[in-house]
Amino acid sequence: MKPGHGEVLIAEGDVTRVDDEQRLVEEFRRQLDSGLWAAVPISTGDRRQSVMVRSFDEVPRDADRVIFFPRAAGGR
Amino acid sequence: MLLVLAATALVALALLSDLIIPRVDSLWRRYRARGIHPLRWMSALRDHEPPLAYDPGRERRAEQRARALLRSCVNEEEWAMYRDLGFIRVWGAQAEGPAGGADTGGAAYAYLIYPHRPILAYLAQTHRLLAEYCVEFLDQTRPYGSARLPESDDVLAKWMALTGDERRLISMANMHLPGRQLDPAQVTRDLWRLKQWERARMRETPARIS
Repeated sequence: MKPGHGEVLIAEGDVTRVDDEQRLVEEFRRQLDSGLWAAVPISTGDRRQSVMVRSFDEVPRDADRVIFFPRAAGGR
Repeated sequence: MLLVLAATALVALALLSDLIIPRVDSLWRRYRARGIHPLRWMSALRDHEPPLAYDPGRERRAEQRARALLRSCVNEEEWAMYRDLGFIRVWGAQAEGPAGGADTGGAAYAYLIYPHRPILAYLAQTHRLLAEYCVEFLDQTRPYGSARLPESDDVLAKWMALTGDERRLISMANMHLPGRQLDPAQVTRDLWRLKQWERARMRETPARIS
């Protein structure tokens, strides 16, 4: 998510392919190092929720996307 | 005459050198640190683009993309709620209620998520307002001159953070008593609208199923 833009595709790949996975891991780290939070939307039946992830290992293997967004801060 | 003028200029230059040399040296170091060759100073300065101006078309397209993303993440009821009412309700999951002294006594509570407004906690049964939680998701790189996400992205960020780690988000937010930013009368109206909206959906459910 970006101001003035909305959704931006950062990287995509197949986690079952080693080279793709390596690229996704590096991009994941780069986004978190730049101060963003990462979340994976999941659905359980009709219920939707998200899982906050802090490392690539925490991303469910069957997740179809990870959403990065600016970290929360106390507002006015 | 010319000799006198040249000598005077040399003396003046020597006297001013104490002031000029440190400034030139400082400028030199600054531009070297930025990796700009001195010969390109002027072109670099000329090519420096001013911050992008506000573009309503760009903001509208961003909001459309944000709405599509939000719709793909939340369930059908939450999406319809946001589309029809302008906010999303998220049920609280902590047994002792939201953090920060808003004690619920074990009663069910929920949050209302508005775009770019505080998150409001309330008791589900009585509609008693518990607290406002002010939280922002600012992109400090300000890619388009603004740090603010599109409205639907702001709602989605709050939704993901609340459903993913409610305790963490609430502990980071600034808590205020209800009424600081959100008009309690307006919130009460919104809760009434939500109730009516849910009743209407329940009446329509058999029709939707069949």
